[in-house]
Amino acid sequence: MIILMIRRLVGLLLTLLAVSALIFLVMALLPGDPAAIMLGTSASADTLAALRQQLGLDQPLLLRYLQWLGGVLQGDLGRSHTYGVPVAGLITERLAVTLPLAAMAILLSVLIAVPLGVTAAAKRNGLVDLAATLFAQAGIAVPAFWMGLLLILLFSMQLGWTPAGGFPGWHAGFFAALHALLLPALALALPQASVLTRVTRTAVLDVLDEDFLRAARAKGLSRRAALWRHAVPNAMVPVVTMLGLQFTFLVAGAVLIENVFNLPGLGRLAYQALSQRDIIVMQDVVLFFAALVIVVNFSVDLSYLWLDPRLRSGKAFS
Amino acid sequence: MARFVRSISEVLVSATAILCLLLTTMAAAAPRTDLAIGMTIEPAGLDPTIAAPVAIGQVTWQNIFEGLVTIDRDGKIKPQLASSWEISPDGLTYRFSLRSGVTFHDGEAFTASVAKASIDRARAADSVNPQKRFFASVDTVEAEDPQTLVIRLKQPAGSLLYWLAWPSSVIVGEKSAANNKTTPVGTGPFVFVRWAKGDRVELKRNPGYWNREISVKLETVTFRFIGDPQAQSAALVSGDVDAFPEFGAPELMSSFDGDERLMTVVGDTELKVVAGMNNSRKPFDDKRVRQALMMALDRTTIIEGAWSGFGTPIGSHYTPNDRAYVDLTGVYPYDPEKARALLAEAGYPNGFSFTIKAPQMSYAARTAEVMQALLAEVGVTMIIEPTEFPAKWVQDVFTGRDYDMTIVAHAEPMDIDIYSRDPYYFNYRNPAFDTAIRQVEQTPDAAGQDKFYQEAQKILADDVPALFLFVMPKLGVWDKRLKGLWEDEPIPSNVLAEVYWTE
Repeated sequence: MIILMIRRLVGLLLTLLAVSALIFLVMALLPGDPAAIMLGTSASADTLAALRQQLGLDQPLLLRYLQWLGGVLQGDLGRSHTYGVPVAGLITERLAVTLPLAAMAILLSVLIAVPLGVTAAAKRNGLVDLAATLFAQAGIAVPAFWMGLLLILLFSMQLGWTPAGGFPGWHAGFFAALHALLLPALALALPQASVLTRVTRTAVLDVLDEDFLRAARAKGLSRRAALWRHAVPNAMVPVVTMLGLQFTFLVAGAVLIENVFNLPGLGRLAYQALSQRDIIVMQDVVLFFAALVIVVNFSVDLSYLWLDPRLRSGKAFS
Repeated sequence: MARFVRSISEVLVSATAILCLLLTTMAAAAPRTDLAIGMTIEPAGLDPTIAAPVAIGQVTWQNIFEGLVTIDRDGKIKPQLASSWEISPDGLTYRFSLRSGVTFHDGEAFTASVAKASIDRARAADSVNPQKRFFASVDTVEAEDPQTLVIRLKQPAGSLLYWLAWPSSVIVGEKSAANNKTTPVGTGPFVFVRWAKGDRVELKRNPGYWNREISVKLETVTFRFIGDPQAQSAALVSGDVDAFPEFGAPELMSSFDGDERLMTVVGDTELKVVAGMNNSRKPFDDKRVRQALMMALDRTTIIEGAWSGFGTPIGSHYTPNDRAYVDLTGVYPYDPEKARALLAEAGYPNGFSFTIKAPQMSYAARTAEVMQALLAEVGVTMIIEPTEFPAKWVQDVFTGRDYDMTIVAHAEPMDIDIYSRDPYYFNYRNPAFDTAIRQVEQTPDAAGQDKFYQEAQKILADDVPALFLFVMPKLGVWDKRLKGLWEDEPIPSNVLAEVYWTE
């Protein structure tokens, strides 16, 4: 099994390398000259050339790629054209917003979806089931950014419970920061939760008819105990798979939500860098996102081992 | 005893009540000294001398950095770090008397040699100053003594003083210049504190500010960067932001009507929205076609459709803010009948078809849609091609000049000379116009320049190298108790030295 894992890891690294080449190529092919964007419409050709040289954009493409890759391998992500500071610092600053936001969104969506989905399955066609189905339909139909706007209208502008956007920073206090992230996390979580509710409901329904559950009931467990102790754990593999997939959507959704709520997160950094053609920041952020998604998927695979003991034999794990 | 205790406690309670009352009235009597000001776009670095985006100057100009001269809220040139100056009769020598006792925020003293280094840095061979052209006519810069700076020119540059007032011409310290992009150090009334990238820039009052004539009331200033118009509105309503001097969404302006706390202020900017044409490409190389297209457009309808009725129609590349402005909207007024006739005369009785490369900004996209409808009335088909600004627009239109028509707001003040620049994306050539612009530069005194500026405006209005549409308004929304913000914007800026709270 360990050999399998190592093989898997090497695969991961090769994927990342291919991704880095792809990112670099796409960024190089994008129309737009960063120097011309920085210097506006009055700069002469020699001023533009001076800036291009300063930014290292006058060097051949392959050399620039190797320099970037070499830097990344040594932990040096380069320096942002627009901000003038090291990209590593920028990403770390932004992660302090995006990671807690994503974590809160995942937590909220699990807290909403799992109880709702399980209850809906246990009392099929009941009132809760109907409500869950409605919630799932509405949640899938409503995009996260629009949900965000509605939440701002209600909670910030009408009720005044939460700030309308922006982020005070963690130095302003743990709860102030958490408070600022609550609404955007909810906006991200609701559409995710609706999908997760459906998956949970279906997964639990699937195991409810299994023999082992009948056996559990036969040995005298209550309906409730059998449900939570035997049915739910066995239904978790598809739920966790879904969560892993959703993480990718969360990262994409964060770009929009961070703009709506004006949060200085990684998504907004990517958006700004793209419009300013801050190429080095774009490369680093996209590579980071790619690495994050790959690592999360890998962790999801690992979690199957924990959730499903049958897989630990290594036979089913590839 | 019980009575005594009770009376003591009564005294205590009333004393506390009075104290509380006093404290609250005192708190109410002392006006606030902090300000949160909103901007749509975050600056790309904080050094206006090495990058063009106007957002850089809107944070730093007159707050952190100052120039030899400055521009006041009426657009007039005023002394700043130079207390006075003399211009030689031939217009070739500028002798500036500099103020003494001025220091940069890091303690470096401001002297003529610092000013010389600052200007030389802007015009050096490896300079990346976005307005390096301002210094093209400079021959030598000399620090005659610590308080006298002499600039000698190769040829007269009548706009030099005006240019020296721009954000890109501010005086930077020799020790601090290299790091101004991230930690700006200037001579201004506010000191840079912190930049939380993607979110805010914080400044605090400069206790050692040289200009004793101005009493700076604000202790702390926070620039907040909020791109989404809905989020801007939410931040204003919830009080997270006190002022949005350039609010992003005209359609939301009426939502502040009748607000108890907030007021709206509509002023003028220098942002000229013009639909530039490729003057060397058929059919736009025919002056009659350009004139006909101008007459096919109703500027009032465009302003209504694109910017909720806010904005001032223009007939040339010049704004009512600018000195020597002439209203030329009547030269080719809206007249679809005449437009059709002129098109027929130019050989297009059935109209023609072309593509407009329209940036994604809402003013541009909406203006393009209204224009499309108006042009269809005279039989001209306009195809809208959304073009990402700035990256793709700069590549295709500005540098590549591969386009029929485009639309963009020109932000630089008094930039009518762009029609005489070669190369420039309009591909427009007119020797008479070039002469008018040259004469502006050859005339050192402002009054003498006015005549040529007026001539230049009239040539453009008749030649129509671009469809002159409207000047963008400065849509300000701010707290009613806040005073001193500029209502108009003769140059993109947020000058905060004289801003204060009443109450």
